[in-house]
Amino acid sequence: MSEPVIKCESVYKIFGENAETMLKEANGNVDAKTFQENGCIVGVNNASFEVSKGEMLVVMGLSGSGKSTLLRCISRLTDATGGKIFIEGQDLLNLNNKELIDLRRNKMGMVFQSFALLPHKTVVENIAFPLQIKGINTEDSINKAMDMVKLVGLDGRENYFPRELSGGQQQRVGIARSLAVEPDIWFLDEPFSALDPLIRKEMQDEFLRLQEKLQKTIMFITHDFDEALKLADRIAIMKDGIIEQLDTPANIVLNPATEYVRKFTEEVPREKVLLIEDVMDSTTTEDIGDLKVSKDEIIENVAEKILTQEKTVAVIDNNNNIVGSINPTKIINTVFGGRKNNN
Amino acid sequence: MELFKKYPKLFQWIFLLIVFFALCFAIDVPETYKFIRGQAEFVKDPNQSTFVFLGKEVRYYAFDVFWRLPPLLGWLPIWINDSLFFLMNDWMPMEFWNEDTQEYKTRPLVLQITRNLTAFMTFLIELIREILLGGLETIVAFTSWDWIDANPWAELPGLPWTIVAAGSAILAYKLGGRGLAIFAGLAMTYISIFGQWKPSMQTLSFILVAAPLSFIFGLSLGIAAFKSKRVEKALYPILLVMQTMPQYAVLVPALVLFGVGDHAAVIITMIVAVPPMILLTLLGLRAVPPEVIEAGRMSGCNNWQLMFKVLIPTARRDILIGVNQVIMVCFSMAVISAFIGAKGLGFNLLLALNQLNIGLALEAGLCISLIAILLDKMSLAWANKQVDYFGNLNFFQRNKNSLFFGLIMILGIALAYFGSIYFKDGYNYLFEVPHNKGISTADFWNKGVDWIFDTFFVYIKAFNTWLIVEVLQPMRALYLRMPAIATIVLVVGAGYLIGGTRSALVVCGLTLFIALSPWWDRALVTTYMATFGVIVSCIIGFTVGTLCFQNKHSTKFMLNVCDIFQTFPSFVYLIPVMMLFGITDTSVLIAVIVYATIPATRYTIEGLRSVPSGLHDAATMSGVTKFQRLFKIEFPLAFPHMMLGLNQTIVFALFMVIIGAFIGTEDLGQYILKALSDKKGAGIGLTLGICVAFIGLIFDNLIRTWVDKRKKHLGID
Repeated sequence: MSEPVIKCESVYKIFGENAETMLKEANGNVDAKTFQENGCIVGVNNASFEVSKGEMLVVMGLSGSGKSTLLRCISRLTDATGGKIFIEGQDLLNLNNKELIDLRRNKMGMVFQSFALLPHKTVVENIAFPLQIKGINTEDSINKAMDMVKLVGLDGRENYFPRELSGGQQQRVGIARSLAVEPDIWFLDEPFSALDPLIRKEMQDEFLRLQEKLQKTIMFITHDFDEALKLADRIAIMKDGIIEQLDTPANIVLNPATEYVRKFTEEVPREKVLLIEDVMDSTTTEDIGDLKVSKDEIIENVAEKILTQEKTVAVIDNNNNIVGSINPTKIINTVFGGRKNNN
Repeated sequence: MELFKKYPKLFQWIFLLIVFFALCFAIDVPETYKFIRGQAEFVKDPNQSTFVFLGKEVRYYAFDVFWRLPPLLGWLPIWINDSLFFLMNDWMPMEFWNEDTQEYKTRPLVLQITRNLTAFMTFLIELIREILLGGLETIVAFTSWDWIDANPWAELPGLPWTIVAAGSAILAYKLGGRGLAIFAGLAMTYISIFGQWKPSMQTLSFILVAAPLSFIFGLSLGIAAFKSKRVEKALYPILLVMQTMPQYAVLVPALVLFGVGDHAAVIITMIVAVPPMILLTLLGLRAVPPEVIEAGRMSGCNNWQLMFKVLIPTARRDILIGVNQVIMVCFSMAVISAFIGAKGLGFNLLLALNQLNIGLALEAGLCISLIAILLDKMSLAWANKQVDYFGNLNFFQRNKNSLFFGLIMILGIALAYFGSIYFKDGYNYLFEVPHNKGISTADFWNKGVDWIFDTFFVYIKAFNTWLIVEVLQPMRALYLRMPAIATIVLVVGAGYLIGGTRSALVVCGLTLFIALSPWWDRALVTTYMATFGVIVSCIIGFTVGTLCFQNKHSTKFMLNVCDIFQTFPSFVYLIPVMMLFGITDTSVLIAVIVYATIPATRYTIEGLRSVPSGLHDAATMSGVTKFQRLFKIEFPLAFPHMMLGLNQTIVFALFMVIIGAFIGTEDLGQYILKALSDKKGAGIGLTLGICVAFIGLIFDNLIRTWVDKRKKHLGID
């Protein structure tokens, strides 16, 4: 694997007047309570992780869990109090102002929860804004912005003002603006949280379509566990500034690391999250039927087929080799069983 | 005992009042004490005590310290004055090159700076004035008098009034649509036809210089304060004092620094108009959502781009509301600065009032108000205007307003030329209707005033006498009867009960400053007049506001009325009251009441309106009657906002009381007015102004602290 695009090494963000001295004295052992008694609030507590190229890391947490703060540290909208952050090998915290601006102008794009569009500019001007800031002339930047307008499906509305658009449309503008400079790294801070459920689902699908096409390195913030499961390659679950667990959606559902994480996974419909691969037996029995299912299928999609079988079903990989088997009772156990037993 | 536990605050207040009254009764009025009238203190009196501080001798009548504190700050005005003179005349003399005499001349630095500033302002004002009215000062500024004599054609001709009127209508159309355009056209035509063109344009040129300069300074200082906490902290107390400082008081020091005339007026106007602009800029920039700023940063903006491409455009509306405020301040200053020789409508108004020619004063006042309303509406329309997209319009559509103005320009010049032939011997009415040569209604109004006096004299006099003898005199006597120490205890106690130690200390400092100045008695008189005005205004304002709130249309109507009344420069209020009540304290108080009722009404309505509609519905579903809803839901929730209204009412009342000095009062304002004509008045004027500002700030501090606490308690913000 090549070098990670984003790399964090014990990042801390602590708000308060003498945050830095307190962090030094704490010696890597930060306790939120003691800090709070001394007038400091711990935003991010010892966050270490890597995001590799083309990967989508979803950071999930309830409000106040420090997920947005973590994102702002990595985009350096606020300066981290301690730790190291590397963006493509560059030490982010040691960049001077000019280098930082260069980095943002060329490598980073960000989408905001409240859209954060400029009220005095039209759709196309909003999208062209980062390009113009960069110094690209009006005509080129408008042309490029028009491509973006088409990409997010807002053709015909390019001369509207943000106030004339619906929430979903405004966020499309926000997405287009963040993509205008063709960044490698894409930050999304609860981009769909302000939208109503139907639009949210539509935007999630749209987002997946875009990502398939663009293959950006993504950090996506959300407080919606379902959204995280739907989109993520890996999920980081945060609580009180600490990353409780960082893993693939399936592993989080199957092996929650802490009690807190387990509470989230309880209500999750497993058949919608888990793949056949996650629940199959890697040993093959002799008593195997004719039906074969791919190991990459989501359980929900093949459950009906498997349940109508009496025999164990063979599981195959992309090359049609049998890699394991799955018994219909296993499906029933996964979907209905496990949850009750845990309680 | 149980009651005591239930309402601890109430008993604390009662205790405070008991202490206050006990002190009042315990301390007798010294036999030698009497309220000193007029200029008595300039007379040397062997009974006076003296003390010397910083080389300044202060004379005063000594009383028991419990009754009146000695004026320990009496040296301050003298010292300010001397320092100012020293700065102007002796400090850092330098060699300066003089264009006219072609030689070096020694001049103190400050004098040179102020003179250069003065020259610059004069140039700007003359430039605009001559574009509007014609003249040759501007050309002379670039060439010389000799050159003008040789080339008499080079005089700026000025614009015919038709062009200015039509131009303002077009501008109004662009900003606010047809209605505003018609109003603009009619207002300008009225001004021209009624022969007020020249003074109006003089006033306008003054405002067109003062307003943009104030805007630029206010905006830059606002940005600086937004960027740096330190700048904000340094500016804050100045802004606070400037907001409650009577505009009169600034005139006096400016007189010393900048002399007499339009230029000095512009500089003073800037001093007064910049603070609200700073505040609104700061407010607007603060209100920009943090995510928008972050979006700007993530787009790769540097600080400069962030400020001018993201922050300021997003805060556009608040900033333009600031412009509106600036324009309003400029108008009230346009009148007040007539005291130091600014030309225009204000000067005519003052002159007419001085001669008791109510008709003429009314005409000038009406013109000022018309222009003020027009500019107010135009700037508000500008602030509320949404940007439109012009990309797909053709050349004609995009430039139709400029093209139309060009057409008007040609037409207007043609008309003026035609006029010059038609009115060969008389005045060219199509170019400019000369001052007082238009239609005048002054006689009509004067006759009306005479008629009112003849018909109602008996009743007015009776009312007047009753008010003065039965209400005002006793009230004033009561205020003056308060021993200084009792007043201080009352105020500080109130501060402590409302806002704790901090508030008590602030209030104590402010009160002590006034008590240690030589004008404690005057301050009491000012407070008494303001109190009377505030009480009546609040009763009227709260009642009217509550009544109007019962109906949507009357609410809207009342707010509009408040808007329009607030646009009138404060001086204009003196005209009708002088018309009705002549030169008495009653006139001043009625002007105070009318003026101060505006904020009382407005804040009552706004406060009631800010009660969330969900609560209305909840209350209605609980089956409340209209009165129950008003008294149990709306009043308690609207009360904090109404108290802010009270705060504004106090400030407005103080302003008017001070301006009332023009009619003749015996309070701080009268002394400020006197300082204006006193050669050594600068220090006195400034100190007096600070005293008035401090009276306002005492109330401001108490009310604001209370409102903040109450709002927190109610969970509204």
